[in-house]
Amino acid sequence: MSVTVIVPTILRPLTNQQKHIDIEGNKVSEIIDQMDQQYPGIKEKLVVNGNARHFINIYVNDNEIRFQDGLATRLRDGDVLTILPAVAGG
Amino acid sequence: MLTIHTRLISAMIAQASSDHPIETCGIIAGPADSNLPLRLIPMRNAAQSENFFMFDPQQQLQVWKEMNARHEEPIVIYHSHTAGETYPNRSDVELAAEPQAHYVIIPSRSLDENEIRSFRIVDQIAIEERIRIVQQYQPELEFQMVA
Repeated sequence: MSVTVIVPTILRPLTNQQKHIDIEGNKVSEIIDQMDQQYPGIKEKLVVNGNARHFINIYVNDNEIRFQDGLATRLRDGDVLTILPAVAGG
Repeated sequence: MLTIHTRLISAMIAQASSDHPIETCGIIAGPADSNLPLRLIPMRNAAQSENFFMFDPQQQLQVWKEMNARHEEPIVIYHSHTAGETYPNRSDVELAAEPQAHYVIIPSRSLDENEIRSFRIVDQIAIEERIRIVQQYQPELEFQMVA
C-alpha cells in the first residue's frame, strides 16, 4: 500500500523540508516505522509508549485514528495520512 | 513585529468577550511567507474550559486543508486568558508548534486593545514582540480580509 503523508511545519526540519512523502505500509504504525527509517527521530515526535502522543492528531483521509484503531488503523492504497500537532494551550 | 488591521483586533476582542469565561481561540490566515494576517477564522474550543483551549481536531483538519489549497498559513494564532494575565503560560509554550506564527493573547477580562500581547514561540522559548495596529491595508487586500 502506498500512502501519502502530509508533514506539518514543525516536523519538516526532519524530512528535508518535504511537505508530502509517499510511504509504503499497511497500518499507520508501519508508516511511522518506515518514516523513522528514512527520517530518523520522527517516531519519537509522534509516538509514546506505543500510542500516538496526546497532542498529535493523526488522520487517515478525514478521520482521526483516535476514533478508529489508533496506530493499528489499516490503510488502503492511495490513502492520505495527515499529521497535525493540536493547537492548544492554557 | 505583528502588523495587523484594527478590524481584526476588534473581531478578536468581540469573540473573546462573547466566549468569556470560556477561553476563545482561532487563527488569522494569510498568504504563505507574507507575514500578513487577512482571513480570521474563529475555532471551536474543544476543551470548553476557563483555563485551557484546544482547536476542535476535525475543524482544524478542514481549516488546514483549506489554507493549504489557498497557499496560506496561520499568520496569527490567538486565544484568550480569562483571568487577565497576558504572558504565555507553560502549556502555551510547550504546545506551540507553528514557529512562523504570531501567538496573540487576549485578556478577556479587560478587553482593552492595548492589553493584547503578541509572541513568537520557537523551541519552547516565548519572546514578546511589538504589535502595530493599522487602520487600513492596501485596498485589494482589504477585499480578502474577513473580520
